[in-house]
Amino acid sequence: MDSRSEAGLESIIEKISQSLRELSTEIGTKDEIVTVQVEPDNLLEVAKKLKEIGFDHVKSVTAIDLPEQKELEVVYHISSLGNLDLAKVIVVLKARVPSEEPHLPSLIEIWPSSKYLEREEYEMLGIVFEGHPELERLLLPDDYEGPPPLRKEFEVKTEGIQA
Amino acid sequence: MSEERIIELLIGPQHPSSGHMRLVAEVDGDVVVRLKPNIGYVHRTVEKLAETKKYIQIIPLVERPSLADTANHNLGYVLALEKLLGVEAPPRAQYLRTILAEMNRIHSHFYGIGIHGIMLGSSTVFMWGFADREIMIEMAQWLTGARLTYSYIIPGGVRRDLPQGFEDEMEKALRYLERRLEDYDRIFIRNPVTRARLEGVGVLKKEDAIRLGIVGPNLRASGVPYDVRKVQPYCAYPELEFDVVVREEGDSMARLLVRIGEIKQSMRIIRQALKQIPDGPILSENYLKMIPPKWKEFMETKRRVKFPAIMANLRPPKGEAFSRVEAARGELIYYVVSDGSVTPYRFRMVTPSFRNVVLFEHLIRECRVADIPAIYGSLDYFPPEADR
Repeated sequence: MDSRSEAGLESIIEKISQSLRELSTEIGTKDEIVTVQVEPDNLLEVAKKLKEIGFDHVKSVTAIDLPEQKELEVVYHISSLGNLDLAKVIVVLKARVPSEEPHLPSLIEIWPSSKYLEREEYEMLGIVFEGHPELERLLLPDDYEGPPPLRKEFEVKTEGIQA
Repeated sequence: MSEERIIELLIGPQHPSSGHMRLVAEVDGDVVVRLKPNIGYVHRTVEKLAETKKYIQIIPLVERPSLADTANHNLGYVLALEKLLGVEAPPRAQYLRTILAEMNRIHSHFYGIGIHGIMLGSSTVFMWGFADREIMIEMAQWLTGARLTYSYIIPGGVRRDLPQGFEDEMEKALRYLERRLEDYDRIFIRNPVTRARLEGVGVLKKEDAIRLGIVGPNLRASGVPYDVRKVQPYCAYPELEFDVVVREEGDSMARLLVRIGEIKQSMRIIRQALKQIPDGPILSENYLKMIPPKWKEFMETKRRVKFPAIMANLRPPKGEAFSRVEAARGELIYYVVSDGSVTPYRFRMVTPSFRNVVLFEHLIRECRVADIPAIYGSLDYFPPEADR
Protein backbone atom coordinates (compact mmCIF):
# COMPACT_ATOMS: atom_id res chain seq x y z
CA MET A 1 0.00 0.00 0.00
CA ASP A 2 1.49 3.38 -0.94
CA SER A 3 1.78 6.25 1.51
CA ARG A 4 -1.06 8.28 -0.01
CA SER A 5 -3.74 5.67 0.55
CA GLU A 6 -2.31 5.07 4.03
CA ALA A 7 -2.94 8.73 4.79
CA GLY A 8 -6.44 8.39 3.31
CA LEU A 9 -7.15 5.51 5.66
CA GLU A 10 -6.00 7.53 8.66
CA SER A 11 -8.16 10.50 7.82
CA ILE A 12 -11.21 8.25 7.39
CA ILE A 13 -10.61 6.64 10.77
CA GLU A 14 -10.12 10.09 12.31
CA LYS A 15 -13.43 11.20 10.81
CA ILE A 16 -15.25 8.20 12.27
CA SER A 17 -13.87 8.71 15.77
CA GLN A 18 -14.69 12.41 15.66
CA SER A 19 -18.31 11.99 14.67
CA LEU A 20 -18.90 9.11 17.10
CA ARG A 21 -16.94 10.40 20.08
CA GLU A 22 -19.95 11.41 22.13
CA LEU A 23 -22.09 8.41 21.26
CA SER A 24 -19.70 5.55 21.89
CA THR A 25 -18.08 4.25 25.05
CA GLU A 26 -14.92 3.04 23.35
CA ILE A 27 -13.26 3.26 19.92
CA GLY A 28 -10.30 1.08 18.98
CA THR A 29 -8.38 0.74 15.74
CA LYS A 30 -6.33 -2.17 14.45
CA ASP A 31 -5.12 -2.01 10.84
CA GLU A 32 -8.21 -1.25 8.75
CA ILE A 33 -10.69 -2.34 11.42
CA VAL A 34 -12.37 0.27 13.63
CA THR A 35 -14.16 -1.20 16.62
CA VAL A 36 -16.89 0.96 18.15
CA GLN A 37 -18.53 -0.05 21.42
CA VAL A 38 -21.96 1.54 21.91
CA GLU A 39 -24.85 1.43 24.36
CA PRO A 40 -27.95 -0.24 22.83
CA ASP A 41 -29.85 3.03 23.21
CA ASN A 42 -27.34 4.84 21.01
CA LEU A 43 -27.22 2.19 18.30
CA LEU A 44 -29.63 3.86 15.88
CA GLU A 45 -27.95 7.24 16.30
CA VAL A 46 -24.50 5.77 15.64
CA ALA A 47 -25.80 3.90 12.60
CA LYS A 48 -27.23 7.14 11.19
CA LYS A 49 -23.90 8.94 11.64
CA LEU A 50 -22.04 6.12 9.91
CA LYS A 51 -24.52 6.19 7.04
CA GLU A 52 -23.92 9.95 6.72
CA ILE A 53 -20.17 9.36 6.41
CA GLY A 54 -20.92 6.97 3.54
CA PHE A 55 -20.95 3.49 5.04
CA ASP A 56 -23.70 2.03 2.92
CA HIS A 57 -24.20 -1.61 3.90
CA VAL A 58 -23.93 -4.26 6.60
CA LYS A 59 -21.70 -7.24 5.82
CA SER A 60 -22.55 -9.34 8.82
CA VAL A 61 -24.68 -9.29 11.96
CA THR A 62 -23.81 -11.73 14.67
CA ALA A 63 -23.48 -12.04 18.44
CA ILE A 64 -21.21 -13.63 20.99
CA ASP A 65 -22.91 -15.42 23.86
CA LEU A 66 -21.29 -14.62 27.23
CA PRO A 67 -23.12 -16.87 29.75
CA GLU A 68 -20.99 -15.72 32.71
CA GLN A 69 -21.97 -12.08 32.29
CA LYS A 70 -25.48 -13.17 31.19
CA GLU A 71 -25.01 -10.96 28.16
CA LEU A 72 -24.92 -11.17 24.40
CA GLU A 73 -22.45 -9.01 22.54
CA VAL A 74 -24.07 -8.15 19.22
CA VAL A 75 -21.51 -7.45 16.48
CA TYR A 76 -22.18 -5.62 13.20
CA HIS A 77 -19.62 -5.45 10.40
CA ILE A 78 -20.19 -2.36 8.31
CA SER A 79 -18.47 -0.95 5.25
CA SER A 80 -19.02 0.67 1.88
CA LEU A 81 -19.56 -0.66 -1.63
CA GLY A 82 -20.15 2.65 -3.38
CA ASN A 83 -17.10 4.52 -2.08
CA LEU A 84 -13.95 2.51 -2.71
CA ASP A 85 -11.85 4.53 -0.24
CA LEU A 86 -14.30 3.88 2.57
CA ALA A 87 -14.51 0.24 1.43
CA LYS A 88 -10.98 -0.28 2.75
CA VAL A 89 -12.29 0.34 6.28
CA ILE A 90 -14.43 -2.13 8.25
CA VAL A 91 -16.42 -0.63 11.12
CA VAL A 92 -17.22 -3.17 13.82
CA LEU A 93 -20.17 -1.98 15.91
CA LYS A 94 -20.62 -3.77 19.22
CA ALA A 95 -23.52 -3.49 21.64
CA ARG A 96 -24.20 -5.57 24.74
CA VAL A 97 -27.68 -6.73 25.64
CA PRO A 98 -28.89 -8.98 28.48
CA SER A 99 -29.20 -12.59 27.28
CA GLU A 100 -32.53 -13.08 29.10
CA GLU A 101 -34.41 -10.59 26.96
CA PRO A 102 -32.19 -9.35 24.19
CA HIS A 103 -33.83 -6.44 22.39
CA LEU A 104 -32.24 -4.10 19.89
CA PRO A 105 -33.66 -1.73 17.31
CA SER A 106 -33.54 -3.15 13.79
CA LEU A 107 -31.18 -1.31 11.43
CA ILE A 108 -33.24 -2.24 8.40
CA GLU A 109 -34.47 1.34 7.84
CA ILE A 110 -30.89 2.62 7.69
CA TRP A 111 -29.32 -0.38 6.01
CA PRO A 112 -31.80 -2.67 4.16
CA SER A 113 -28.88 -5.06 3.65
CA SER A 114 -29.28 -6.15 7.29
CA LYS A 115 -32.66 -7.77 6.57
CA TYR A 116 -31.68 -11.43 6.21
CA LEU A 117 -28.70 -11.10 8.55
CA GLU A 118 -30.88 -9.90 11.44
CA ARG A 119 -33.45 -12.56 10.67
CA GLU A 120 -30.77 -15.25 10.85
CA GLU A 121 -29.48 -14.01 14.20
CA TYR A 122 -33.03 -13.81 15.53
CA GLU A 123 -33.47 -17.54 15.13
CA MET A 124 -29.88 -18.58 15.87
CA LEU A 125 -29.32 -16.44 18.98
CA GLY A 126 -32.80 -15.31 19.97
CA ILE A 127 -32.19 -11.59 19.57
CA VAL A 128 -35.33 -9.56 18.88
CA PHE A 129 -34.70 -6.77 16.39
CA GLU A 130 -37.54 -4.33 16.95
CA GLY A 131 -39.09 -2.92 13.82
CA HIS A 132 -37.98 -5.80 11.59
CA PRO A 133 -40.91 -6.65 9.28
CA GLU A 134 -40.19 -10.38 8.90
CA LEU A 135 -38.77 -11.72 12.13
CA GLU A 136 -39.51 -15.34 11.25
CA ARG A 137 -37.73 -18.66 11.08
CA LEU A 138 -35.27 -18.80 8.19
CA LEU A 139 -32.81 -21.69 8.15
CA LEU A 140 -34.01 -24.00 10.94
CA PRO A 141 -36.73 -26.62 10.38
CA ASP A 142 -40.28 -25.45 11.16
CA ASP A 143 -40.67 -28.01 13.95
CA TYR A 144 -37.43 -27.13 15.76
CA GLU A 145 -37.87 -26.75 19.49
CA GLY A 146 -35.19 -25.79 21.95
CA PRO A 147 -32.89 -22.92 22.78
CA PRO A 148 -31.48 -20.77 19.98
CA PRO A 149 -28.79 -23.13 18.66
CA LEU A 150 -25.87 -20.70 18.68
CA ARG A 151 -26.29 -19.99 22.39
CA LYS A 152 -23.73 -21.79 24.55
CA GLU A 153 -26.50 -23.62 26.42
CA PHE A 154 -27.17 -25.63 23.27
CA GLU A 155 -24.70 -28.47 23.27
CA VAL A 156 -23.89 -30.51 20.20
CA LYS A 157 -24.48 -34.17 20.87
CA THR A 158 -21.62 -36.36 19.71
CA GLU A 159 -21.70 -40.11 19.31
CA GLY A 160 -18.93 -40.79 21.76
CA ILE A 161 -16.21 -40.19 19.20
CA GLN A 162 -14.01 -37.23 20.02
CA ALA A 163 -13.36 -36.22 16.46
CA MET B 1 -57.63 -6.78 -9.70
CA SER B 2 -59.43 -8.67 -6.95
CA GLU B 3 -57.58 -10.67 -4.29
CA GLU B 4 -59.14 -13.95 -5.49
CA ARG B 5 -57.29 -13.78 -8.76
CA ILE B 6 -53.95 -14.10 -7.08
CA ILE B 7 -52.82 -17.64 -6.36
CA GLU B 8 -49.82 -18.90 -4.48
CA LEU B 9 -47.43 -21.00 -6.53
CA LEU B 10 -44.86 -23.11 -4.71
CA ILE B 11 -41.74 -23.80 -6.74
CA GLY B 12 -39.42 -26.37 -5.18
CA PRO B 13 -37.82 -27.35 -2.87
CA GLN B 14 -36.86 -29.97 -5.47
CA HIS B 15 -35.56 -28.48 -8.68
CA PRO B 16 -34.43 -29.98 -11.93
CA SER B 17 -31.37 -27.71 -11.93
CA SER B 18 -30.02 -26.08 -8.77
CA GLY B 19 -29.91 -27.36 -5.20
CA HIS B 20 -32.78 -27.32 -2.73
CA MET B 21 -34.68 -24.15 -2.00
CA ARG B 22 -38.27 -23.08 -2.41
CA LEU B 23 -39.69 -20.06 -4.12
CA VAL B 24 -43.12 -18.93 -2.96
CA ALA B 25 -44.60 -16.93 -5.81
CA GLU B 26 -47.89 -15.06 -5.84
CA VAL B 27 -49.11 -15.06 -9.41
CA ASP B 28 -51.89 -13.37 -11.30
CA GLY B 29 -52.24 -15.40 -14.47
CA ASP B 30 -48.63 -15.80 -15.50
CA VAL B 31 -47.48 -12.53 -13.95
CA VAL B 32 -45.50 -12.77 -10.72
CA VAL B 33 -46.89 -10.22 -8.27
CA ARG B 34 -44.63 -11.06 -5.36
CA LEU B 35 -42.05 -13.72 -4.59
CA LYS B 36 -40.36 -14.84 -1.40
CA PRO B 37 -37.40 -17.18 -1.14
CA ASN B 38 -37.84 -19.96 1.41
CA ILE B 39 -34.40 -21.25 2.27
CA GLY B 40 -32.75 -23.50 4.85
CA TYR B 41 -33.39 -26.91 3.24
CA VAL B 42 -29.67 -27.63 3.17
CA HIS B 43 -28.65 -25.89 6.39
CA ARG B 44 -25.96 -27.95 8.15
CA THR B 45 -25.00 -25.82 11.15
CA VAL B 46 -21.48 -25.01 9.99
CA GLU B 47 -21.09 -22.19 12.54
CA LYS B 48 -22.15 -24.33 15.50
CA LEU B 49 -20.10 -27.33 14.41
CA ALA B 50 -17.03 -25.12 13.98
CA GLU B 51 -17.34 -24.13 17.63
CA THR B 52 -16.91 -27.80 18.61
CA LYS B 53 -13.98 -28.60 16.32
CA LYS B 54 -10.27 -27.90 16.49
CA TYR B 55 -8.96 -25.16 14.23
CA ILE B 56 -7.40 -27.49 11.66
CA GLN B 57 -10.59 -29.60 11.48
CA ILE B 58 -12.58 -26.57 10.42
CA ILE B 59 -10.83 -26.45 7.03
CA PRO B 60 -12.78 -29.40 5.54
CA LEU B 61 -15.91 -28.12 7.26
CA VAL B 62 -15.96 -24.68 5.61
CA GLU B 63 -15.25 -26.22 2.20
CA ARG B 64 -18.46 -28.27 2.18
CA PRO B 65 -21.06 -25.53 1.70
CA SER B 66 -19.72 -24.47 -1.67
CA LEU B 67 -18.42 -27.44 -3.61
CA ALA B 68 -17.64 -25.51 -6.78
CA ASP B 69 -15.60 -22.93 -4.89
CA THR B 70 -13.80 -24.73 -2.08
CA ALA B 71 -10.40 -23.06 -2.49
CA ASN B 72 -11.75 -19.58 -1.77
CA HIS B 73 -13.70 -20.78 1.26
CA ASN B 74 -10.59 -22.57 2.51
CA LEU B 75 -8.49 -19.47 1.85
CA GLY B 76 -10.75 -17.00 3.65
CA TYR B 77 -10.83 -19.13 6.78
CA VAL B 78 -7.07 -19.69 6.82
CA LEU B 79 -6.43 -15.94 6.38
CA ALA B 80 -8.56 -15.23 9.47
CA LEU B 81 -6.81 -18.01 11.41
CA GLU B 82 -3.37 -16.70 10.39
CA LYS B 83 -4.30 -13.26 11.72
CA LEU B 84 -5.16 -14.85 15.07
CA LEU B 85 -1.95 -16.89 15.09
CA GLY B 86 0.27 -14.08 13.83
CA VAL B 87 1.63 -16.29 11.04
CA GLU B 88 2.17 -15.40 7.39
CA ALA B 89 2.71 -17.72 4.46
CA PRO B 90 5.91 -17.36 2.38
CA PRO B 91 5.68 -15.74 -1.10
CA ARG B 92 5.68 -19.00 -3.07
CA ALA B 93 2.74 -20.29 -1.03
CA GLN B 94 0.90 -16.99 -1.60
CA TYR B 95 1.26 -17.48 -5.36
CA LEU B 96 0.10 -21.11 -5.17
CA ARG B 97 -2.97 -20.00 -3.16
CA THR B 98 -3.77 -17.39 -5.78
CA ILE B 99 -3.40 -19.88 -8.64
CA LEU B 100 -5.77 -22.39 -7.03
CA ALA B 101 -8.26 -19.68 -6.09
CA GLU B 102 -8.41 -18.49 -9.71
CA MET B 103 -8.68 -22.04 -11.05
CA ASN B 104 -11.63 -22.45 -8.74
CA ARG B 105 -13.18 -19.22 -9.98
CA ILE B 106 -13.02 -20.50 -13.58
CA HIS B 107 -14.50 -23.82 -12.46
CA SER B 108 -17.29 -22.13 -10.50
CA HIS B 109 -18.20 -19.74 -13.33
CA PHE B 110 -18.45 -22.59 -15.87
CA TYR B 111 -20.65 -24.41 -13.38
CA GLY B 112 -22.84 -21.33 -12.97
CA ILE B 113 -23.11 -20.74 -16.71
CA GLY B 114 -24.05 -24.41 -17.21
CA ILE B 115 -26.84 -24.18 -14.63
CA HIS B 116 -28.02 -20.92 -16.15
CA GLY B 117 -28.07 -22.67 -19.52
CA ILE B 118 -30.34 -25.52 -18.41
CA MET B 119 -32.66 -23.06 -16.67
CA LEU B 120 -33.10 -21.36 -20.03
CA GLY B 121 -33.66 -24.74 -21.67
CA SER B 122 -30.29 -24.94 -23.36
CA SER B 123 -29.11 -28.45 -22.51
CA THR B 124 -26.12 -27.90 -24.80
CA VAL B 125 -24.68 -25.22 -22.56
CA PHE B 126 -25.43 -27.34 -19.50
CA MET B 127 -23.40 -30.21 -20.97
CA TRP B 128 -20.66 -27.87 -22.14
CA GLY B 129 -20.37 -26.04 -18.83
CA PHE B 130 -20.10 -29.25 -16.89
CA ALA B 131 -17.60 -30.74 -19.32
CA ASP B 132 -15.42 -27.63 -19.38
CA ARG B 133 -15.34 -27.21 -15.61
CA GLU B 134 -13.77 -30.68 -15.64
CA ILE B 135 -10.59 -29.19 -17.15
CA MET B 136 -9.93 -27.13 -14.03
CA ILE B 137 -11.00 -30.00 -11.76
CA GLU B 138 -8.40 -32.24 -13.40
CA MET B 139 -5.69 -29.59 -13.08
CA ALA B 140 -6.60 -28.98 -9.43
CA GLN B 141 -6.53 -32.71 -8.77
CA TRP B 142 -3.02 -32.86 -10.16
CA LEU B 143 -1.93 -30.02 -7.89
CA THR B 144 -3.80 -30.95 -4.69
CA GLY B 145 -4.76 -34.63 -4.97
CA ALA B 146 -8.51 -33.98 -4.76
CA ARG B 147 -11.16 -33.10 -7.32
CA LEU B 148 -13.31 -30.71 -5.30
CA THR B 149 -12.49 -30.55 -1.60
CA TYR B 150 -8.82 -29.69 -1.73
CA SER B 151 -8.03 -28.66 1.89
CA TYR B 152 -4.91 -27.37 0.16
CA ILE B 153 -4.43 -24.13 2.06
CA ILE B 154 -3.17 -24.62 5.61
CA PRO B 155 -2.06 -22.14 8.28
CA GLY B 156 1.33 -20.80 7.20
CA GLY B 157 1.33 -22.21 3.67
CA VAL B 158 -0.02 -24.83 1.30
CA ARG B 159 0.16 -28.64 1.30
CA ARG B 160 1.94 -29.30 -1.99
CA ASP B 161 4.26 -27.62 -4.44
CA LEU B 162 3.66 -27.41 -8.20
CA PRO B 163 4.03 -30.79 -9.95
CA GLN B 164 6.67 -31.09 -12.73
CA GLY B 165 5.33 -29.81 -16.03
CA PHE B 166 2.28 -28.11 -14.51
CA GLU B 167 2.91 -24.83 -16.30
CA ASP B 168 2.91 -26.41 -19.80
CA GLU B 169 -0.23 -28.44 -19.14
CA MET B 170 -1.95 -25.35 -17.76
CA GLU B 171 -1.09 -23.40 -20.90
CA LYS B 172 -2.69 -26.17 -22.99
CA ALA B 173 -5.75 -26.16 -20.74
CA LEU B 174 -6.13 -22.39 -20.93
CA ARG B 175 -5.79 -22.38 -24.74
CA TYR B 176 -8.45 -25.05 -24.98
CA LEU B 177 -10.81 -23.07 -22.73
CA GLU B 178 -10.18 -19.90 -24.76
CA ARG B 179 -11.26 -21.74 -27.90
CA ARG B 180 -14.29 -23.05 -26.02
CA LEU B 181 -15.30 -19.54 -24.95
CA GLU B 182 -15.53 -18.63 -28.65
CA ASP B 183 -17.95 -21.55 -29.07
CA TYR B 184 -20.03 -20.33 -26.14
CA ASP B 185 -20.10 -16.91 -27.71
CA ARG B 186 -21.39 -18.26 -31.02
CA ILE B 187 -23.86 -20.84 -29.72
CA PHE B 188 -25.14 -19.30 -26.48
CA ILE B 189 -24.25 -15.69 -25.84
CA ARG B 190 -24.99 -14.19 -29.25
CA ASN B 191 -27.91 -16.57 -29.69
CA PRO B 192 -31.10 -14.54 -30.31
CA VAL B 193 -33.05 -16.82 -27.94
CA THR B 194 -30.62 -16.21 -25.08
CA ARG B 195 -30.66 -12.48 -25.69
CA ALA B 196 -34.45 -12.33 -25.85
CA ARG B 197 -34.70 -14.19 -22.55
CA LEU B 198 -32.04 -12.18 -20.72
CA GLU B 199 -31.72 -8.65 -22.06
CA GLY B 200 -33.61 -6.13 -19.96
CA VAL B 201 -34.87 -8.92 -17.69
CA GLY B 202 -34.33 -8.66 -13.91
CA VAL B 203 -32.65 -5.26 -13.96
CA LEU B 204 -30.80 -4.42 -10.74
CA LYS B 205 -30.14 -0.70 -10.43
CA LYS B 206 -26.78 0.47 -9.11
CA GLU B 207 -28.20 2.21 -6.03
CA ASP B 208 -30.35 -0.83 -5.18
CA ALA B 209 -27.37 -3.14 -5.49
CA ILE B 210 -25.46 -1.02 -2.96
CA ARG B 211 -28.47 -0.55 -0.68
CA LEU B 212 -29.14 -4.30 -0.52
CA GLY B 213 -25.46 -5.13 0.03
CA ILE B 214 -25.17 -7.34 -3.05
CA VAL B 215 -21.78 -8.93 -3.78
CA GLY B 216 -19.75 -10.48 -6.57
CA PRO B 217 -20.53 -10.57 -10.30
CA ASN B 218 -24.16 -9.62 -9.53
CA LEU B 219 -22.91 -6.35 -7.99
CA ARG B 220 -20.37 -5.62 -10.71
CA ALA B 221 -22.96 -6.22 -13.44
CA SER B 222 -24.82 -3.22 -11.95
CA GLY B 223 -21.90 -0.85 -12.40
CA VAL B 224 -20.23 -1.09 -8.96
CA PRO B 225 -16.50 -1.88 -9.31
CA TYR B 226 -16.17 -3.45 -5.84
CA ASP B 227 -13.80 -6.42 -5.80
CA VAL B 228 -11.97 -7.46 -2.61
CA ARG B 229 -8.95 -8.46 -4.69
CA LYS B 230 -8.52 -4.76 -5.58
CA VAL B 231 -10.02 -3.02 -2.53
CA GLN B 232 -8.02 -4.98 0.00
CA PRO B 233 -5.56 -7.14 -1.95
CA TYR B 234 -4.42 -10.37 -0.31
CA CYS B 235 -2.06 -13.22 -1.27
CA ALA B 236 -0.28 -12.48 -4.56
CA TYR B 237 -2.96 -10.15 -6.00
CA PRO B 238 -1.04 -6.90 -5.32
CA GLU B 239 1.66 -8.12 -7.73
CA LEU B 240 -0.64 -9.30 -10.51
CA GLU B 241 -2.31 -7.28 -13.24
CA PHE B 242 -5.98 -7.80 -13.92
CA ASP B 243 -9.12 -5.76 -14.58
CA VAL B 244 -12.30 -5.68 -12.55
CA VAL B 245 -15.03 -6.65 -15.02
CA VAL B 246 -17.89 -4.15 -14.71
CA ARG B 247 -21.02 -3.64 -16.78
CA GLU B 248 -23.61 -0.91 -16.47
CA GLU B 249 -26.84 -2.60 -17.65
CA GLY B 250 -27.60 -4.59 -14.47
CA ASP B 251 -29.79 -7.11 -16.33
CA SER B 252 -29.52 -10.89 -16.46
CA MET B 253 -27.42 -10.68 -19.64
CA ALA B 254 -24.92 -8.35 -17.94
CA ARG B 255 -24.50 -10.81 -15.08
CA LEU B 256 -23.74 -13.60 -17.56
CA LEU B 257 -21.28 -11.40 -19.46
CA VAL B 258 -19.46 -10.37 -16.26
CA ARG B 259 -18.87 -14.06 -15.47
CA ILE B 260 -17.52 -14.69 -18.97
CA GLY B 261 -15.25 -11.65 -18.56
CA GLU B 262 -14.03 -12.86 -15.19
CA ILE B 263 -13.10 -16.26 -16.61
CA LYS B 264 -10.81 -14.43 -19.06
CA GLN B 265 -9.30 -12.31 -16.27
CA SER B 266 -8.70 -15.40 -14.15
CA MET B 267 -6.83 -16.97 -17.07
CA ARG B 268 -4.69 -13.83 -17.26
CA ILE B 269 -3.95 -14.03 -13.54
CA ILE B 270 -3.01 -17.73 -13.69
CA ARG B 271 -0.62 -17.17 -16.63
CA GLN B 272 1.13 -14.28 -14.85
CA ALA B 273 1.28 -16.07 -11.53
CA LEU B 274 2.86 -19.18 -13.07
CA LYS B 275 5.44 -17.00 -14.80
CA GLN B 276 6.29 -14.82 -11.78
CA ILE B 277 6.09 -17.42 -9.01
CA PRO B 278 9.19 -17.07 -6.80
CA ASP B 279 11.25 -20.00 -5.54
CA GLY B 280 11.33 -20.84 -1.88
CA PRO B 281 9.55 -22.75 0.85
CA ILE B 282 5.79 -23.37 0.80
CA LEU B 283 5.42 -23.38 4.59
CA SER B 284 6.13 -20.62 7.07
CA GLU B 285 9.46 -20.72 8.93
CA ASN B 286 7.47 -20.77 12.22
CA TYR B 287 6.33 -24.31 11.40
CA LEU B 288 9.22 -25.40 9.22
CA LYS B 289 11.63 -25.28 12.15
CA MET B 290 9.46 -27.76 14.08
CA ILE B 291 9.84 -30.48 11.46
CA PRO B 292 12.55 -33.11 12.15
CA PRO B 293 15.40 -33.33 9.56
CA LYS B 294 14.25 -36.73 8.29
CA TRP B 295 10.87 -35.33 7.34
CA LYS B 296 12.42 -32.20 5.88
CA GLU B 297 14.21 -34.43 3.40
CA PHE B 298 10.91 -36.10 2.55
CA MET B 299 9.36 -32.68 2.02
CA GLU B 300 12.10 -31.64 -0.39
CA THR B 301 12.07 -34.78 -2.53
CA LYS B 302 8.28 -35.18 -2.60
CA ARG B 303 7.62 -31.42 -2.82
CA ARG B 304 4.87 -31.63 -0.25
CA VAL B 305 4.38 -30.64 3.37
CA LYS B 306 4.61 -32.92 6.38
CA PHE B 307 2.38 -31.45 9.06
CA PRO B 308 4.21 -30.50 12.24
CA ALA B 309 2.55 -31.98 15.34
CA ILE B 310 1.50 -28.56 16.61
CA MET B 311 -1.09 -28.28 13.79
CA ALA B 312 -3.32 -30.82 15.56
CA ASN B 313 -3.74 -28.55 18.57
CA LEU B 314 -3.44 -24.96 17.41
CA ARG B 315 -4.18 -22.53 20.24
CA PRO B 316 -4.42 -18.98 18.93
CA PRO B 317 -4.10 -16.31 21.64
CA LYS B 318 -7.25 -14.61 22.93
CA GLY B 319 -8.67 -12.18 20.41
CA GLU B 320 -10.71 -11.88 17.26
CA ALA B 321 -9.98 -11.82 13.56
CA PHE B 322 -11.91 -10.71 10.50
CA SER B 323 -11.12 -11.70 6.94
CA ARG B 324 -12.70 -11.11 3.57
CA VAL B 325 -11.87 -12.67 0.22
CA GLU B 326 -13.41 -12.40 -3.22
CA ALA B 327 -14.86 -15.88 -3.72
CA ALA B 328 -16.27 -16.83 -7.14
CA ARG B 329 -19.79 -15.73 -6.21
CA GLY B 330 -18.69 -12.64 -4.29
CA GLU B 331 -17.30 -11.39 -1.04
CA LEU B 332 -16.91 -14.08 1.63
CA ILE B 333 -16.52 -13.11 5.28
CA TYR B 334 -15.13 -14.87 8.31
CA TYR B 335 -15.15 -13.54 11.86
CA VAL B 336 -13.43 -15.80 14.37
CA VAL B 337 -13.28 -15.17 18.13
CA SER B 338 -10.71 -17.10 20.13
CA ASP B 339 -10.69 -17.60 23.90
CA GLY B 340 -7.23 -19.20 23.83
CA SER B 341 -8.48 -22.80 23.65
CA VAL B 342 -8.23 -25.36 20.84
CA THR B 343 -11.67 -24.51 19.40
CA PRO B 344 -13.04 -21.11 18.39
CA TYR B 345 -15.36 -19.46 20.88
CA ARG B 346 -17.45 -17.92 18.12
CA PHE B 347 -17.27 -18.67 14.43
CA ARG B 348 -19.10 -16.52 11.91
CA MET B 349 -19.21 -17.17 8.18
CA VAL B 350 -21.23 -15.05 5.76
CA THR B 351 -21.26 -16.48 2.26
CA PRO B 352 -21.90 -14.53 -0.95
CA SER B 353 -25.03 -16.54 -1.81
CA PHE B 354 -26.56 -15.62 1.55
CA ARG B 355 -25.87 -11.95 0.94
CA ASN B 356 -27.51 -12.26 -2.51
CA VAL B 357 -30.64 -14.16 -1.44
CA VAL B 358 -32.55 -10.87 -1.07
CA LEU B 359 -32.36 -10.51 -4.86
CA PHE B 360 -35.07 -13.13 -5.34
CA GLU B 361 -37.72 -10.95 -3.75
CA HIS B 362 -36.26 -7.76 -5.19
CA LEU B 363 -35.81 -8.82 -8.84
CA ILE B 364 -38.51 -11.43 -9.42
CA ARG B 365 -41.68 -9.36 -9.35
CA GLU B 366 -43.84 -7.79 -11.99
CA CYS B 367 -42.41 -10.22 -14.48
CA ARG B 368 -43.61 -13.39 -16.21
CA VAL B 369 -43.38 -16.82 -14.62
CA ALA B 370 -41.06 -17.76 -17.50
CA ASP B 371 -38.64 -15.07 -16.31
CA ILE B 372 -38.19 -16.79 -12.93
CA PRO B 373 -35.62 -19.33 -14.15
CA ALA B 374 -33.94 -16.75 -16.40
CA ILE B 375 -33.33 -14.44 -13.44
CA TYR B 376 -32.66 -17.22 -10.92
CA GLY B 377 -29.98 -18.72 -13.17
CA SER B 378 -28.33 -15.35 -13.76
CA LEU B 379 -27.77 -14.90 -10.01
CA ASP B 380 -25.54 -18.00 -9.76
CA TYR B 381 -27.22 -18.66 -6.42
CA PHE B 382 -26.07 -21.84 -4.70
CA PRO B 383 -28.42 -23.02 -1.91
CA PRO B 384 -25.91 -25.03 0.17
CA GLU B 385 -23.58 -22.02 0.18
CA ALA B 386 -26.36 -19.72 1.37
CA ASP B 387 -27.72 -22.10 4.02
CA ARG B 388 -24.30 -23.17 5.37
